[in-house]
Amino acid sequence: MKIIGKVFNFLIFLFLYAPLFVMMFFSFNKSKSTSVFTGFSLKWYEEMFSNRDTMEALTNTLILALLSAVIATILGTLAAVGIYRMRSRWVRNVTMNVTNIPMMNPDIVTGVSLMLLFVFIGRLIGASESLNFFTLLIAHVTFNLPYVILNVLPKLRQTDPHLMEAAEDLGCHPVRAFFEAVIPSIRPGILSGFLMAFTLSIDDFVISYYTNGSSFQTLPLKIYSMTKKKVKPDMYALCTLIFVTILILLIIINIAQAKSEKNSQDSEF
Amino acid sequence: MTESVPKRHPRTTLGTVILNAPYTLWAAVFIVVPLAIVAYYAFTDVNGAFTLENIKALGDYKETFIISIWYSLIATAITLILAYPFAFFMSRAKVSRQKFMMMLVMLPMWMNLLIRTYSWMLILEKNGIINNLLGMVGIDEIKMIGTPGAVILGMVYNYLPYMILPIYTVMSKIDPSLYEAAEDLGCGTWQKLRRVVLPLSLPGVISGITMVFVPSISTFYISYKLGGGKVQLIGDAIERQIQSAGNYNLGSSLSLILMVFILISLAVMNKFSDNDGGIVV
Repeated sequence: MKIIGKVFNFLIFLFLYAPLFVMMFFSFNKSKSTSVFTGFSLKWYEEMFSNRDTMEALTNTLILALLSAVIATILGTLAAVGIYRMRSRWVRNVTMNVTNIPMMNPDIVTGVSLMLLFVFIGRLIGASESLNFFTLLIAHVTFNLPYVILNVLPKLRQTDPHLMEAAEDLGCHPVRAFFEAVIPSIRPGILSGFLMAFTLSIDDFVISYYTNGSSFQTLPLKIYSMTKKKVKPDMYALCTLIFVTILILLIIINIAQAKSEKNSQDSEF
Repeated sequence: MTESVPKRHPRTTLGTVILNAPYTLWAAVFIVVPLAIVAYYAFTDVNGAFTLENIKALGDYKETFIISIWYSLIATAITLILAYPFAFFMSRAKVSRQKFMMMLVMLPMWMNLLIRTYSWMLILEKNGIINNLLGMVGIDEIKMIGTPGAVILGMVYNYLPYMILPIYTVMSKIDPSLYEAAEDLGCGTWQKLRRVVLPLSLPGVISGITMVFVPSISTFYISYKLGGGKVQLIGDAIERQIQSAGNYNLGSSLSLILMVFILISLAVMNKFSDNDGGIVV
């Protein structure tokens, strides 16, 4: 049983990684071929780094991800506190159901619906081009919001409902009480919501595909246009770098988690 | 301020309204109104006059719908068959090992869908790796890109981690003493699996099924690349109408029907699970 399990899981991992490794392997190929390895070379990496479009798309992706994650985190945290404090069960249920829509709907429907809204408004105000950086940003904030709200809400439920009042009784202005008593107790939820929003935004292709204008390209959109034609190995070089970056990030996160768990264990005993 | 009423949130009204206003406005304008606009486009013609033509035109897409549902069902079934034992073996491994395996499952998930899909091109292409290997041993090349099998493979490959994670999450929470109790009561391996693991892992399975089925049925990149233009799914039909043909009205009616179908499927799935509809991750 144990051996069967190990072999089975090994095969699944092989299935998950084989295509990626093949791609990374051929990023070091001397020739353009993706089936015959003619010799080791780093020329595709040079080509990628000297490709101004790719570098610009990378910067754009990071700017968009950071901006949309910050806006979604602020808006989403306020919304979570607001939803938590709603008195009417009915209003709360409606709000939560609406919040769930972007998560349940397929990306393509979310993308198309937002695009149609922007086109509709664009026609109303007679704009020559209705899609631009701001429509892309709005779209990203919109699909990030539910993830922030759903990360913050459980943390709010765990906090003492009287925390706010206690702070106010001690003479805090409600706004100050919110920032100094409530925010610190829900900080882990805010942080994980922000990180989720940031990574979702970096990764998004489908919704961006429908809501971006021609002037602002992100990395997934760039990869899409690269794969429309015959792909050159500089795209494999790009993918290899993305893979390595994610690997390093995951290792850092794992080490940090292990450390904080160890710390909390140490303080317990 | 001075008297306290025994309610959960004594003074809320104004503060709560101010807190909720920005998000309510945002959700109304960018979640609810866009869906209303999709419905508007679906029921109007180019000039904005009411028409049922776009809904009638869906009849031409009957085959597309059947193929999409069929392929994504097959892909979901295969991912479940692969993910379930994988998650079980993973949940029974040493804790430190489990964390490492978890990281390995998540890593490909963080790679972009486009990259993951395209990587299969290198393997399945006309002059890809498989055909090269076959050529070496003297077997004629096989056409793989453009077949339903390649599209389903793409779906399974892309969404397998989405099935593994929720199932693993619920399985790792099963108390090991339950296995011992089952053993003490005379359960064999199969009975343990059937009577302990299976019922307790069901919420994870339901969650995994929805997380694989929804993106599979609405994909267009996987079928565009691995289907080689020969396999058309609903996603491709929507993409073509919106982006190439510029027919927003037909694109909207296709989107609308896809959305309605998925919401109904999700509602049915939620009936099967006891949890409150939340995603188990």
